Amino acid sequence: MEELQTMKKKQYLEQPKERISGSEAIVRCLLAEGVDMIYGYPGGAIMPVYDELYKYQNEIHHVLTRHEQGATHAAQGYARISGKVGVAMATSGPGATNLITGIADAQIDSTPMVCITGQVASHLLGSDAFQETDIVGISTPVTKWNHQITNAAEIPEVIAKAFYIARSGRPGPVLIDITKDAQFAEFDFQYKKCEGVRSYLPVPKTDKASLDQAAEIINGAKKPMIVWGQGVILAHAEEQLKAMIEKTGIPAAWTILGASAISTSHPLNIGMVGMHGNYAPNVLTNDCDVLIAIGMRFDDRVTGKLDEYAKQAKIIHFEIDPAEVDKNVKTDVAVLGDAKESLTQILPLLEVKTHKSWHQKFKDLYAIEFEKVIKNDLHPTKDGLTMGEVLNEINSKSGGNAAIVSDVGQHQMITCRYADFNVSKSNITSGGLGTMGFALPAAIGAKMAAPNREVIAIIGDGGYQMTIQELGTIFQQKTAVKIVVLNNNFLGMVRQWQQLFFDKRYASTEMTNPDFVAIAKGYHIQARRVSEREELGSAIEEMMKSQDAYFLEVCVEKEDNVFPMVPSGASVSDIRLE
Amino acid sequence: MEIKELFTVSIYTENHIGLLNRISAIFQRRHINIESLNTSISEIEGVSRFTILVKMTEKEVKKIIGQIEKQVEVIKAFYHTDDETIYQESCLFKIKSDLLFEERQIQNIIKDSNARIVTVNKAFFVLEKSGRRNEIELLHRELSVFGIMQFVRSGRIAVTKDEMKITEMLAAFNN
Repeated sequence: MEELQTMKKKQYLEQPKERISGSEAIVRCLLAEGVDMIYGYPGGAIMPVYDELYKYQNEIHHVLTRHEQGATHAAQGYARISGKVGVAMATSGPGATNLITGIADAQIDSTPMVCITGQVASHLLGSDAFQETDIVGISTPVTKWNHQITNAAEIPEVIAKAFYIARSGRPGPVLIDITKDAQFAEFDFQYKKCEGVRSYLPVPKTDKASLDQAAEIINGAKKPMIVWGQGVILAHAEEQLKAMIEKTGIPAAWTILGASAISTSHPLNIGMVGMHGNYAPNVLTNDCDVLIAIGMRFDDRVTGKLDEYAKQAKIIHFEIDPAEVDKNVKTDVAVLGDAKESLTQILPLLEVKTHKSWHQKFKDLYAIEFEKVIKNDLHPTKDGLTMGEVLNEINSKSGGNAAIVSDVGQHQMITCRYADFNVSKSNITSGGLGTMGFALPAAIGAKMAAPNREVIAIIGDGGYQMTIQELGTIFQQKTAVKIVVLNNNFLGMVRQWQQLFFDKRYASTEMTNPDFVAIAKGYHIQARRVSEREELGSAIEEMMKSQDAYFLEVCVEKEDNVFPMVPSGASVSDIRLE
Repeated sequence: MEIKELFTVSIYTENHIGLLNRISAIFQRRHINIESLNTSISEIEGVSRFTILVKMTEKEVKKIIGQIEKQVEVIKAFYHTDDETIYQESCLFKIKSDLLFEERQIQNIIKDSNARIVTVNKAFFVLEKSGRRNEIELLHRELSVFGIMQFVRSGRIAVTKDEMKITEMLAAFNN
C-alpha cells in the first residue's frame, strides 16, 4: 500500500509539463504533497476544484463537514495526532470567514494547516460581488502566511510554498485564496517541491556557546526544574527529552500542549504547570534555582503574575522562534534551534544526577494536593458524579493508550490534569485560543488520521452545542469516535469565576439543555446517559467496546469547581487548593 | 517606567501584495501609533524597504522587531535611534502666486529656509523643502500666516551610519 502511494507520488512529481486546468492543478499539487484527506464545504467559487475532487476521489478523500469551522478543527485534529499538514477547503465569502476561528486556533497553537478558499473571478475583485470577501486581508493577522492567486500558472509554486511554510520551523496555518477564473484557466503544469524561501529561516542555527553555557548552569544547579511545551512534540524530541531528564534526574513539568510527550506515569514527570496545573510544579517554580523551558512560550496562563514568576531562578530557554525569547520572561541563556537537535547536542555535556531531596519536595506537595483535591476528584464519597471520576474510569479502561480530545472549560482542565498518556501527540485540545466547539470536529480529524487508535472526545455541554452539527459528519463518514459529554448544565468555568470573583452572580451561565441522547440517536449514533455512580463503569466499558461511534452523556455535579487554581493576576506560588 | 523615544524601524522585505497590511497589523495589534511610514525600493534589486517611525520604549521595539522578522516575507528588520541615522522628511507647499509679489517677507522666508520653488504659474507656486521635522514645522508656521492652499509632508526616510548586512545575508541564501 505504502509502496503504491510512493509510486503514485513519484508519478505526479516526475510528470513532464502537461496542459491542465487550474483546478486540476490544485488537486495534483495536493497529491504531490501527500495529502490523502481534505475537510471542507463546497460553494460557488470553489466548484471547479470540487469537480476535480470528484474525479480524484479514489486518491483524496474529501470529508464534508457540517460547517466550515468544523472543517478547520478536523484538519487541526488530523494534524495534531499525525504531525502532518491538515487541509481545509471552503468557498468564498461566508465559507472563508467561517474558517477564521480554526485558523486563529492553529496559529496560536502552532498547528500545520493549509486552507484553500475559492474567490470570485479576478475581474470582480473589489466590486462587492456575490460572496466576495477580502479573506486575505481578514486572515492576515492569524496566518503564518497567506496569498491570493489570480493566475493559474502560479498555482504549483504557491501551493508548494504553502505546504513548506505550514510544516517547517514553528508550524502554522497558511491560507491560499484562488479566484474562480484561475481555477478554470488552463496552463502547462509541472510540480516542484519548495525547498526554501529566501526571506524565511525556519530553524535558527544553534549556537554551540549557548549549549555550553546552558550545560554549565544545569550541571551547577541544586534545584533545577524543566517545563516543556508542545515544541518538544513538534520537533519529535520526545526521546531526547526523556534521555535528558533520566540522565540529569531533573523533575519535569509540562504545559497543557506539551502533555503526552513523556508518559504521565514516568517518575520524573511531575505534572502540569499553569492556572489549573499541579500544586508542586507551580509552587516550586518560585523555589527552583534553574528553570529550563523547552519548546514553550511562557503563556500568561502558565506564568501567572510575571513580576513574581521564577524571579530567583536562572532561566534557560530552548526555543525555535527567536521572537519568543525574552518576550514574556527574561532569559539568562537562550538556546535557539530545533529542540531535537539542541537536546541531542546538550546531552553529552550534562552530568548524571538524582536530586533526591529536591524530588522529595515535589512528593510532599503532591501529598497535600492529593489530600485536598485529587482524592475528592477521583474517588468522591459524596453523592453526585465528579468529572474527575469519569476520567479515572476512562483511564482504567483505556490503559492510557487513547488519544483524548478535549474542548474548553472545566472539563478540559480536569481532562488534562487526570488523563493518563502513554503515547505522544495524544492530548489534543485548544490551548492558546481556548476555542469552545473545538473537540467534536477535532476528534473526527484525529480518528481519521489514526484509525487504529481509540479517540475519545471529552466535551462540556456548552462547547458541545457550538459544533454539535458535526454529529452529521460522524454519521455520514462512519467515524468511530467516542464522545463523552460531561453535563453540568452550566458554562462551568465561567460559573466558577462568577462564584469566586463576582459574588455568585450567575449571569447567563446556566443552560437549559436538550435531550442529548435523543439528538445523538437522531444521527443514528449509539447513545447512553448516566447519572449514577454505579452505572459509570459499565457505561464506559460499553463505550470502549463499541466498534462504532458512541455517545455518552454523564450528568455531573452542577456546581463543582476546578482546583488547584492560580487566580488571575496572582503569582504561581499563590495557587489555591480550595 | 521606561521612557518612550523615537525609533526608526527599517525593514527589508520581498515586494509582495499584502505585506504592508501584515506589518502594520503588528503595530495596530499592540496599540502602537505609527508616526510615519515610507516604502520604497532599496539598494538591493527586488528588495523593498520600509521606514517606519514609532515612539515606544526600547524594550517594546525589540519585541516588535522580533514579531516583524517572524513574517515569512521579511528579510531583516532593524531599529535605530536618531543619533544612529541620517534622516530627512520632505514637504510641499502650494501657495497663491499673488502673495509672492505682495508679501515681500515670503521671499526672505524661502531664502532663509533653503526651500526650493518647484513651479510657478499665474495662480500658485509650489515650494519644496527637505530636512528635519523641526525645520519643516518652522517653515509651516511661518507660511501659514499668509495662507497655504495645500500642504503635504512625506514620511521619514533614513539611512544608518553603520552598515546593514543584508547583501551578505541574501548571498548566503543563494549559495
